[in-house]
Amino acid sequence: MLDVLTGFVSELRSSGLPVSVTEAADAAEAIRHLPLEDRQAIKYALGATLVKSSAHWRAFDTAFEVYFSMRGPQYDIARDDDLSGRVEDTDGAGSGAGRGRGRGEGESGAGGLEMVSAEEIAAMLYRALRDGEQAMLGAVARLAVGRFAGMEPGRPVGGTYYLYRTLRNLDLDGVLARLIGEARASVEGGRPMPGEGDGEAPVPGPILRGRELGHLTPLEERLLEDEYKSRIEELRREIEAEIRRRLVADRGVEALAKSLRKPLPEDVDFMHATREELVLMRRAIQPLTRKLQARLARKRRHLRRGALDFRSTMRHSLSYGGVPAEPRFRHPRPAKPEIFVIADISGSVAAFARFTLHLVHAIASQFSQVRSFVFIDGLDEVTQIFERSETVTEAVHRVNQEADVVWVDGHSDYGHALGVFFQRWGQDVGPKTSILLLGDARSNYHAPEAWVLKELRRRARHVYWLNPEPRSYWGSGDSIIEHYSQFCDGVYECRNLRQLEAFVEHLV
Amino acid sequence: MGEGARFSSVTQVREGLASVGYLADDGLAGVVYLADRLGKPVLVEGPAGTGKTELAKSVARLTGARLIRLQCYEGLDESKALYEWNYKKQLLRIQVEQGAGWEEIEEDIFSEPFLLSRPLLEAIRATEPVVLLIDEVDRVEIETEALLLEILSDYQVSIPELGTVVANQIPLVFLTSNNTRELSEALKRRCLFLHLDYPSVERERAIVLAKVPDITEQLADQVARIVRSLRSLDLKKHPSISETLDWARTLVLLGIQSVDEATARSTLHLLLKYRSDIDTAAKELSVATSEASASVSAAASSR
Repeated sequence: MLDVLTGFVSELRSSGLPVSVTEAADAAEAIRHLPLEDRQAIKYALGATLVKSSAHWRAFDTAFEVYFSMRGPQYDIARDDDLSGRVEDTDGAGSGAGRGRGRGEGESGAGGLEMVSAEEIAAMLYRALRDGEQAMLGAVARLAVGRFAGMEPGRPVGGTYYLYRTLRNLDLDGVLARLIGEARASVEGGRPMPGEGDGEAPVPGPILRGRELGHLTPLEERLLEDEYKSRIEELRREIEAEIRRRLVADRGVEALAKSLRKPLPEDVDFMHATREELVLMRRAIQPLTRKLQARLARKRRHLRRGALDFRSTMRHSLSYGGVPAEPRFRHPRPAKPEIFVIADISGSVAAFARFTLHLVHAIASQFSQVRSFVFIDGLDEVTQIFERSETVTEAVHRVNQEADVVWVDGHSDYGHALGVFFQRWGQDVGPKTSILLLGDARSNYHAPEAWVLKELRRRARHVYWLNPEPRSYWGSGDSIIEHYSQFCDGVYECRNLRQLEAFVEHLV
Repeated sequence: MGEGARFSSVTQVREGLASVGYLADDGLAGVVYLADRLGKPVLVEGPAGTGKTELAKSVARLTGARLIRLQCYEGLDESKALYEWNYKKQLLRIQVEQGAGWEEIEEDIFSEPFLLSRPLLEAIRATEPVVLLIDEVDRVEIETEALLLEILSDYQVSIPELGTVVANQIPLVFLTSNNTRELSEALKRRCLFLHLDYPSVERERAIVLAKVPDITEQLADQVARIVRSLRSLDLKKHPSISETLDWARTLVLLGIQSVDEATARSTLHLLLKYRSDIDTAAKELSVATSEASASVSAAASSR
């Protein structure tokens, strides 16, 4: 057990979780107090001792599932044979020759399952979702993975493709529509949909139990749909677990943990984030801005560099018999900078621009004024959009739709965009203004027009450039960051939320 | 450490908590059990209104211990959290014995009778079982956090004039945090971490049933489901458990048997506290999401 634990801890460390030696020792101590066969209890014990932030839970969860996937009683390999015995089928005609090719004989435990036909799985799936039975869902997940995933032993993959393949074959959207359709039909007419009823009276989910006939109200429909969706989500998790279990059996724990390793949300690279990761980042940015805001406000309040407040000092000296023992200071009023954000929102860097705009606007109260401009090859001011929108998410959405940023062909042209900015808003740039430029400076070989930046820098307080590309790529290909960087007060590499947060704090 | 042994198993913790009206899931009960076994504090984190403070109170009720609560706020310091010398009494003492030597007086005025214990010291010195609740620990400054470290890891308080006060028994300690700032590594390392999230439908239904008298099972079920749907929306502030309970109580008071759209819309302000959230929710609840309803109506028409 100790070996597994140390391996697990070092895996956590390589995913970026800060696990100290004491914490590892605590974990070892903790599992001594729990029955080892209780997988869930062990998981929570390890979670409580090793993971000290809810944002890290996902990384922990993945690692745990890999390291301890084979060790629960419900995962006995023997059960597979059991299961295949129960749903013994003879034909197995559906398994295409191409899909069967890659599967070697070495794959244990999955052999019998492939005999079940696709229709049978679909019927089981439908029943499992309708009745919401935990055991049934698990069984369907196993069958579906065996039947559809087409796993090939030895391939160094993380399983995302297998998951996609299984889900595509199950047609969950169709099943959802059917489930709701059936519920509606049974409420309206009290009879099952033709073709699907298996004799017994349909029980369409617990929400409608004991309800008299009539029409399904939108509220009920909505609740029903959410219920089924959560069951489908559960099925998805089961399938993922099943795929992971097979991958572990195939390739061993360490190798799989490495290819499954998920970066923490604050370490995900803006340029290469998947859609799922973007969603997680969007969720992570909310507490991040709140924390940043709290920290900045606190910093401001506790800054002790204000001038001596003579009157207050005298007043307080009275309690020390007239000795000014405790000097009092005026609250400092640090200049709140004015911020102009000029962001490239062309495809390659859109995600980065979005997060930066989000962050800057979320802490707008720390600045005296925030104005945002977005460009691709044309440039437009979007401050109004941000001010009028309820939430930043909505604002970002509207920026994408409403801002007039395409001038010729919709490929980034930094030179032209800067030129337009200078012409139309150049006179607004004053000595209190900090300019923040966001982009990779890949201008598709257009003229850089770097003189604009030189002129802007002469007028403004600071000019900063944030580049979401790794520093080593700068200057390669059509990147013209070199032309601009000589006129900036600082050019920063800003590839993930962590770096972005650090920069914004520095800015204020 | 770890001689406490207030509980014998995780199941016992969970059942015990249920008997005092706190429905815990396995993870939560497991962490409480470990806290007792390992003699470690628990850091409870999570959105507002998910029962963080209630957990400490319930554990206190369950073990029959006294609850000592330290409410944290910005500007909390040693004299409010740990101990303070009773200056006025000390002054009086000095004035009473004008003639005595300084040595003697010093020894006298820095002794137990002149010490005012604040919550942390009180918890340490208690002879009866106590549960110490340090509420909203994220509100104190990062420097003040250091005050807590000694007590959390060694269950002792060092007073320069008196020496070290060591705990008679190891109290169960709960710290709660709303996560408005990152707590220091040192503090986190000393604690077991428990993240309390919104409960599952089943658990929320059970909570509603347990906490709201006279509610029917069907209504509780509906309440839990509607709240889950609301939490899946993109809102500024999601309804908390306490707001769910308020809502359920209101429905019972109004004599409502089953929630339909009209009642839901007219009582939404109990669950949601922002105008824009209420609008979004009212809109969302009265129309099923588009693509599913579209496909469903297509299926219905083909029938």
